[in-house]
Amino acid sequence: MGVLREPGTALGLILVASLLLAGLVAPWSPLADPTEINLPDRLLSPSPEHLLGTDHLGRDTFSRLVHGARATLLAAAATLVLSMTIAVTVGLLSGYYGGWPDTALMWVVDLLLAFPSLILALAVAGALGPGLLNVLLAVGAVWWVGHARIIRGITLGEREMAYVTAARASGASDRRIILRHIAPNILGPIVVLASLDIGWIILGIAGLSFLGLGAQPPTPEWGAMLSDARPHLQTAPHLILLPGAAIFVAVLGFNLLGDGLRDLLDPRIRRLAR
Amino acid sequence: MGAYVVRRLATLPLLLLGISAVSFALLSVAPGDPAEIVLHQRNPGQMPSPAAVTAMRAELGLDAPLPAQYVRWMSRALAGDMGRSYVTEQPVAAQLARRTVPTVVLTAAALGLALLLAVPMGILSARRRGGAGDALVRLAALVGSAAPSYALAFGLIILFAVKLSWLPAVGYGSAAQMVLPAIALSLAPMAQLTRLIRASVLDVLGQDYIRTARAKGLSEQMVVMKHALRNALLPAIGATGVILAHLLGGAVIIETIFTWPGLGQLIVGAALTRDYPVVQGFVTYLAVIVLLANLATDIALRVADPRLRYERVGV
Repeated sequence: MGVLREPGTALGLILVASLLLAGLVAPWSPLADPTEINLPDRLLSPSPEHLLGTDHLGRDTFSRLVHGARATLLAAAATLVLSMTIAVTVGLLSGYYGGWPDTALMWVVDLLLAFPSLILALAVAGALGPGLLNVLLAVGAVWWVGHARIIRGITLGEREMAYVTAARASGASDRRIILRHIAPNILGPIVVLASLDIGWIILGIAGLSFLGLGAQPPTPEWGAMLSDARPHLQTAPHLILLPGAAIFVAVLGFNLLGDGLRDLLDPRIRRLAR
Repeated sequence: MGAYVVRRLATLPLLLLGISAVSFALLSVAPGDPAEIVLHQRNPGQMPSPAAVTAMRAELGLDAPLPAQYVRWMSRALAGDMGRSYVTEQPVAAQLARRTVPTVVLTAAALGLALLLAVPMGILSARRRGGAGDALVRLAALVGSAAPSYALAFGLIILFAVKLSWLPAVGYGSAAQMVLPAIALSLAPMAQLTRLIRASVLDVLGQDYIRTARAKGLSEQMVVMKHALRNALLPAIGATGVILAHLLGGAVIIETIFTWPGLGQLIVGAALTRDYPVVQGFVTYLAVIVLLANLATDIALRVADPRLRYERVGV
């Protein structure tokens, strides 16, 4: 894997792997219960017992950060699956069949592109009501739009390739050509798009949680932790800076990894991505 | 050129219709009965009587079938009437108008700041490709695109307002109060623009006409500033719509943190209280702005870049 010789990609991989590990083992770790309220111990400074101190309800900050990785990664993964499923379906159908379905789908895509995505997600989340699941649905519902266009473009190119003509000549149905021939061939760009996207999705979900629309108390989630810490800005600034740094590290890790994957898997995406 | 503008303008009504349909659909997918929400807002803690709910449904026009509601909402919106807030009972259009100026001021300041740094950084980075300056600029762009603006905002408040007491943390009105929110909001577009300008300067510097300019003995200064930059900035102009959308999205969070009385603060409050008419009016308003900005950008690009006029339109 020559790509790992790139220091950025290696760093990205390390950051992402650490986060995944933290998120994975959090529930079975010996860390303090992230939701246990202990008012006498509120706003403690870091100590051997509480590595990063405690928050305004006396909950262990380190434990909340580690459990927050789990919430963040799960929400981001679910959002990604949702938005990519829509994007791939729309992009493949539109690119393969062309004609009026293509025109209609791309018209909808262009229309939705006029809405700033975070604001549309905010509006959808507001309509659905607060909650991490609703935020996830809202972000997933608006995020696919740009990708659908890119995947359509790639599919258009693949459709003209000799292997598709060959498959058609040997009597394969459209369905089979799309699923068995084109889909595996465009997997590279899809993986690259997805990996470049996780960072943005994490930022978006944490942002909506920060605004009060996402994770609700007492769920440990980074955006919500930031918002909880606001009143204690003067006395305990680390309570704001730590979840902020966690979000930054997660986004940075995924962006670095995504850049590396792009260089490794697909030079085409550079041209097609707007 | 004229034909292009006419063709683009001709699609506008259809797009506006689509935007209004999306905005309207937002409200109809929302769970819960708006009439009950309004009654809850007005008499908190009381269970509204069924008779009151029925009366309120009639008052809000919710007893009509959905298509009829849509037609009514849209014909009013066309006349500039976007309904009234459920919470404050103020007309939505007036609220949007009042909130527009602070947001325009803040986003313009952030965009100006972003350009002020992104253009020289992008050029420097491209000219010194592979050097220390390039590495530094690329690192800055990487950090800038991964840093959450809300965490940066609090970092700035803690440093400059709490520890150093140089600048006010929140509020609106004075120039000093604009410094921190503008910096926080400018970071993401700055990173984005820096990458874009670097890539496009690199692209342009590799072209034949630049070699010609160098070969005829022009100074490097002249080659970059006069010949390369004009073409290199075109992609940045083309990205106006995307950047604008990002700025407006970022403004939602930044305005909330800095209690900046703009559109972002309005929409967050409205989304949290389920004030649907405000959310709907706001989303429509922004989409129209972005749509018009994209149109203006495309036309401006064609004026600036004659090559585009000969390309086939469409994908």
